[in-house]
Amino acid sequence: MRKAVQAILSVGLGLALGLVVTWGAGENPWHVCKVLTKGAFGSGYDLGMTLFYATPLIFTGLSVAVAFHAGLFNIGAEGQLTLGALATAAAGAIWPNLWSPLAPVLAALAAILAGALWGAIPGWLRARRGSHEVINTIMLNFVAAGLASYVALYVLKNPESQNPETRPVGDGFLVHQFGVFAGAPVSVALPLALVVAVLVWVLLWRTVLGFDLRAVGQSEAAARAAGIDAGRIRIIAFSLAGALAGLVGVGEVLGNAGKFRVGFSPEYGFIGIAVALLGRNHPAGVIAAALLFGALHKGATALDMETDRVTQELSLVFQALIILSASAEGLWSLMKGRGAENSRGARLTGCT
Amino acid sequence: MIRQLLESTLRVSTPLIFAALGGMFSERSGVINIALEGMMLIGAFGAAVVTYVTHSPWLGSLGGMAAGALLAAFYALFAIWLRANQIVAGTAINMLALGMTPFVSKILYDVTGQTPAIPLAERFQSAPLYMSWILVAACWFWVRYTRSGLWVSLAGEHPEALDAAGIRVNRVRWAAVLVSGALAGMGGATLSVFLSSSFSRNMTAGRGFIALAALIFGRWKPVPTAIACLMFGFAEALQFRLQGVSLEDGNPIPVQFIQVLPYVVTILVLAGFVYRSRPPQAAGTVFRRA
Repeated sequence: MRKAVQAILSVGLGLALGLVVTWGAGENPWHVCKVLTKGAFGSGYDLGMTLFYATPLIFTGLSVAVAFHAGLFNIGAEGQLTLGALATAAAGAIWPNLWSPLAPVLAALAAILAGALWGAIPGWLRARRGSHEVINTIMLNFVAAGLASYVALYVLKNPESQNPETRPVGDGFLVHQFGVFAGAPVSVALPLALVVAVLVWVLLWRTVLGFDLRAVGQSEAAARAAGIDAGRIRIIAFSLAGALAGLVGVGEVLGNAGKFRVGFSPEYGFIGIAVALLGRNHPAGVIAAALLFGALHKGATALDMETDRVTQELSLVFQALIILSASAEGLWSLMKGRGAENSRGARLTGCT
Repeated sequence: MIRQLLESTLRVSTPLIFAALGGMFSERSGVINIALEGMMLIGAFGAAVVTYVTHSPWLGSLGGMAAGALLAAFYALFAIWLRANQIVAGTAINMLALGMTPFVSKILYDVTGQTPAIPLAERFQSAPLYMSWILVAACWFWVRYTRSGLWVSLAGEHPEALDAAGIRVNRVRWAAVLVSGALAGMGGATLSVFLSSSFSRNMTAGRGFIALAALIFGRWKPVPTAIACLMFGFAEALQFRLQGVSLEDGNPIPVQFIQVLPYVVTILVLAGFVYRSRPPQAAGTVFRRA
């Protein structure tokens, strides 16, 4: 309960700071607020787009959360989802004549596999070579981007387009879009994301593997003493995280574009870190936070047209400020009047 | 052609050297600096704006350094004072820079993510290149022979020992992060008023992370780090050079493989496949006095 209150407070603080920024730009914050809300929920289409943006964020948020429970920091969701989407599109481009429902299932498996493999690399490096996953995943994001653009430009190039993208997938691969959202590409990926969130919850809190995973995350020494192979668990956890991020490919490729487009992701992977942080690494929290960030992203697209001085990049500012407020451990003790540093001695060093 | 390639290697390495040395200050003091990218970006923006207004690249780069230091102060506020996770806060700072720059450019110039072009005569010709290597020498001296250099290293390796010696650990870290931001801002300034003629959206394009990679590659030491920057700069220059060049069979050379090389090499080095590179012991930890 305390966690949820903290999360809501940090969202409030982040939004308030963001609105102060718009006020500083000479725009009426109340007007910005209205534009954001209307842009995100104003019509069936707007709501659909909000859900469309929220879907990949559920996957990346779960990805970061699962890794986090094993004591790992997954900054690599961006690379994992890139390769997941690429694999999805590749499956559809290589076997265009496959029929539904086999085709989308196969493509989804390709997404899972590609993401898991890309996730296994930093997991293995951490477990067996002791190198820290943060730098490795940052580097692997760039490697994945390079690899994906190579495949899209040379191997599976779309001959009918000037854009860097792969050949379209076969018709049998495309999944159903819900009609109620007036054309917004909300597909089966959304219910899939919700089901996967439940599965993640079951895995983490109702299975032996989940117990081992959380044990390693809380205390490696204790886990080892209990006979858990911490290295193995880390590799598995990172592969799982990669697989979850890879599933972004289903909604993007099979439910929306029908191909892999270079640069399709507006940093879903990085926003996933914020989603997990704000959702306190719980699947239900992740879903709620993903909806919030999806709404912010969609709402902000209306800013360019509806205001004179604010651009849609404001959504990045909002997101950054929310992350900062949510991550500031010291803020909560400060609010309780204990100062940013709890003990007197520490306060002396802290406030320089 | 070889000469041209070497020249452009030196030029494109300059922003990397500034940023990597900046990262060195912060990371040696125990504060991981994922936010280098954002500090560079905001530095590039600040420098472009101030140069355009004052017609002086020198004042412009001061503006860039100030912008970088300001963002670094914001980072330190969260990472040191409010004990936020340094990786999370760093990621957020990068997002903030990416979002704020187009936002401010829209207010100033009514264009999203672009500043007006600066005439060639008002840009740097080669000064930053020399400055960067002077800085490498200065940093080498500073790390080895000065008391403050020792303090910063201790803050990152054995903060308790530094504290026991009566030095405020978090004060040292604050200073190191601010210097880090100023240097990363200078790195950004070389991008916008030395290597090009204006700021454009996300113009750093991952150079902050390349600088971070060079820092790891160089084992958090000034001279090896600068050499790593040269190597990564060479990869970048080569990639520019080969862009659009065709092989004998008429297919273009896939430059993507050269592009990802620095990142792959960094992973291999970090994993100890080439040689071992070990981060400062207390990197990423919060220091609180008992």
